[in-house]
Amino acid sequence: MTPLDPPSTPLTRKDFTSDQEVRWCPGCGDYAILAAVQRMLPELGVRKENTVFVSGIGCSSRFPYYMNTYGFHTIHGRAPAVATGVKLANPDLDVWMITGDGDGLSIGGNHLMHLLRRNVNLQLILFNNRIYGLTKGQYSPTSLLGKRSPSTPMGSVDNPVVPAAFALGCGGRFVARAVDTDAKSLIATLKRAHEFQGTGFVEVFQNCPVFNDGAFDHFTARDLAAETQLHLEHGKPMRFGKDNTKGLRLRPGKLELEVVTLGEYGVTEADILVHDEHNHTTAFLLANLEPPAFPVALGVLFNSAAPGPSFDHGMHEQNRQARAKGPGDLNALMRKGHTWLVEPEPT
Amino acid sequence: MDTFASSTPSSSRELIDSVVIRFAGDSGDGMQLTGSQFADSTALMGNDLSTLPDFPAEIRAPAGTTFGVSGFQVHFAGHDIKTPGDAPDVLVAMNPAALRVNLRDLKIGGLLVCNSGAFTAGNLKKAGYDKSPLDDGSLDAYRLLKLDVSKLTLQAVEPYQLGTKESLRAKNMWTLGLMMWMFGRERESTVEWLRQKFAKNPHVADANVAALNAGHIYGETAEMPSGIGCYQVPKAKLAPGVYRNVTGNEATAWGLLAGGKLAGLELVLGSYPITPASTILHTLSNLRAYGVTTFQAEDEIAAICAAIGASYAGALGMTSTSGPGLALKAEALGLAVATELPLIVVDVQRGGPSTGLPTKTEQSDLMQALNGRNGDCPLAVIAACTPGDCFDMAIEAVRLATKYMTPVLLLTDGFLANSAEPWKIPDITTIKPFPVQYRRQPEGFHPFVRDPQTLARAWAIPGTPGLEHRIGGIEKDYDSGNISYDPDNHHKMTKVRAAKIAGIADDIPLQKMEQGEDSGDLVVVGWGSTYGAIAQAVMGARRSGLKVSHLHIRYMNPMPRNLGELLRNFKKVSVPEMNNGMLVKVLRAEYLVDAQGFNKISGQPFKITEIEAEIHRMLGVQAQAPAPV
Repeated sequence: MTPLDPPSTPLTRKDFTSDQEVRWCPGCGDYAILAAVQRMLPELGVRKENTVFVSGIGCSSRFPYYMNTYGFHTIHGRAPAVATGVKLANPDLDVWMITGDGDGLSIGGNHLMHLLRRNVNLQLILFNNRIYGLTKGQYSPTSLLGKRSPSTPMGSVDNPVVPAAFALGCGGRFVARAVDTDAKSLIATLKRAHEFQGTGFVEVFQNCPVFNDGAFDHFTARDLAAETQLHLEHGKPMRFGKDNTKGLRLRPGKLELEVVTLGEYGVTEADILVHDEHNHTTAFLLANLEPPAFPVALGVLFNSAAPGPSFDHGMHEQNRQARAKGPGDLNALMRKGHTWLVEPEPT
Repeated sequence: MDTFASSTPSSSRELIDSVVIRFAGDSGDGMQLTGSQFADSTALMGNDLSTLPDFPAEIRAPAGTTFGVSGFQVHFAGHDIKTPGDAPDVLVAMNPAALRVNLRDLKIGGLLVCNSGAFTAGNLKKAGYDKSPLDDGSLDAYRLLKLDVSKLTLQAVEPYQLGTKESLRAKNMWTLGLMMWMFGRERESTVEWLRQKFAKNPHVADANVAALNAGHIYGETAEMPSGIGCYQVPKAKLAPGVYRNVTGNEATAWGLLAGGKLAGLELVLGSYPITPASTILHTLSNLRAYGVTTFQAEDEIAAICAAIGASYAGALGMTSTSGPGLALKAEALGLAVATELPLIVVDVQRGGPSTGLPTKTEQSDLMQALNGRNGDCPLAVIAACTPGDCFDMAIEAVRLATKYMTPVLLLTDGFLANSAEPWKIPDITTIKPFPVQYRRQPEGFHPFVRDPQTLARAWAIPGTPGLEHRIGGIEKDYDSGNISYDPDNHHKMTKVRAAKIAGIADDIPLQKMEQGEDSGDLVVVGWGSTYGAIAQAVMGARRSGLKVSHLHIRYMNPMPRNLGELLRNFKKVSVPEMNNGMLVKVLRAEYLVDAQGFNKISGQPFKITEIEAEIHRMLGVQAQAPAPV
């Protein structure tokens, strides 16, 4: 039996639920994400003792306390580095990193960049609520331009970062998005991230009912979702809309996407772009689509066809090579090079 | 080198007991290599020795300028020596700038070897000389040996057709050859080293060997001016055993590996390049076969956080840095204290504050090491006092970190890091192992369940069934390990974290005197790399009949149980430090003794004479006149 084998008796959602009282605000999107993860883990067939949740600081980073697995609530922004260390020590552990838009993209942006380019083999869930919750409502790096908050009473003047575009720009090899309350597609997306051998980056649009309520209503509200969400499926045409009649195509002569309607101006199914999740360029275009002109692209935006070995795999492979001839003999090492013998004084 | 004055024929070597040579030149002149090769051959001759490299922060400062001068000092003797020497007996100056920067240190009457070929109008101007000091009588206080080393080197390597620039690079080898002749060193080890270094360019190796030999032959055959001869330094009486030269950073790296082996743990080093600590990262990166994974992180914070993650997962996390890096690691150190994980932090101190003097030595991180974190955040701090001691203290760091589940901060400094000394190579099979036991039993487990003796919490690592748990930086409940904001509990946890570290005092050796009685008129208290200078100064003072003792602290927190009592046994307490007064404040605060600071903050180690003078000042005695040169 290896740590990667499924548990001998199947586990349930309850097995992954810790005895700690959950302390997020009523109505917080974090509850939905927690429930989705606790439901999903038994379906993955992973072992509790082999599962580690590593988080930074912020509302979302309390997540590990509620999981009955190993968990490490670290310091602000540094979860990527701690998680990297965990994988260097034991690459067989199944690591989930939990972060938020402030933790991951503001104070921890540097570490997130390096985690992604290194392709450390773990799953990363970035809870994006476009606000600082735990510190009471300041604007975050994903807050929209002009955001009024306690620290920006006249409105923010800095442009927000698009997390998925950031991840793609950093060399992320698996980049996906989901909505907190859409459990089915969230679970499906997280499972894909888990399958991926490398950093599986999943941004979750998460509502903060206290400090930024309704930040994503313009595409998550029930009556709007069909018109404003594009659910990506590899190999399927990128269609959306109430009657599924809308689609994306490349604007002729330009590297740009445009929304078209089947049947209008002679547009047919053949004109609609088919989602190729291995294509980095379209992934970047998709990451930047925003309502009202475009739908929000959800699901797996990018899944590199040739991700290469993960960082931890590469490091352990080097260790294996270095130790191929057996463990080093430190006594011998210290006696290599110029040495000299001091004889005992003749008595 | 008080017997240097008389001229002797080179056929019969004059016996002298100790010599200090400083090689100085442009940072591109290869002075570090010259010095370290001389030191290697000196060690092979059986002398005791100590070295002090001194190089500029710039990799290639503009040629010929005073701020581009690089130096390497070697002190060797037929007896036990502890420092790289105060003032050089011999100064080798490869250009006017090297002369300008180093002349003030040369002993009056000392030997001055100058490469006259580099004393061109341009170089003289760059060094701030209006006219050549070689010709104007300004160096009459020294025994000057003017040689056009540039020209002599070009002649020696001519057969190898390297081109002028490449040929001139060999002038350090020519100079080395001459100095090897003068002090009776064997050339074999350097020849071997050259052949290895230039294995891919055998003709370059040949040229360098030719230059080395030419310098040596020059000494044998040329008529030397009066007062310049050749000398022999007898072998030192060292404890029997196999020796090698070791620098502090090498010894630290090997000590960490030895510690890992003794603990039975895999090591993970997270590190970010920083002078003067980087060679620890380099050394360990080459030794992955010895049970270490090395990770060059994106910054200092990531380096320590990866180490913490590794320790959480059951390896021993380590990070190596210098002062500015330690500042960046402060918050993560707090996390390691709060989560009570083993962690090794090596701080190779350098001149501060801020970027400070990256290539110069200082002891100014003591307060940062002891206190530089938010909250009540105690951890173990230990300090190595010689290059070889870095090995022992690195092992000690691993022992304490794993036994007490705590970060341990090991302080060394730029001087220890780069200077070399002969080191009796230990046999690690003779060191008592301290194997680590992870927690396996689920019964009665919570993450902060403590060993009643050591107060260390259990180390339960991911992958262990039944011990799933969560830890973090938020305060934990004493009885369950769960998050707790309870006021009384925080008080209790703060106290128990402090008691755990304080309790280490029962597990470390009592403070011993390095020299002298347990009481007297004056105790000189040192820590770290000032060891050699203090030891020599106290030895001298004691020979002249003063009631002085030397006490050297290696455990900075907690300090040995008997330290306060020892200090109070002396009428006066002097604390020399390469900072503006840190240990002295700790001693005054902890033990209510009237300790007096003696501070040098020049980026250079103490000279023996400086400490001698302070001893005399403290005791109100007239210094003896210096021995005649």
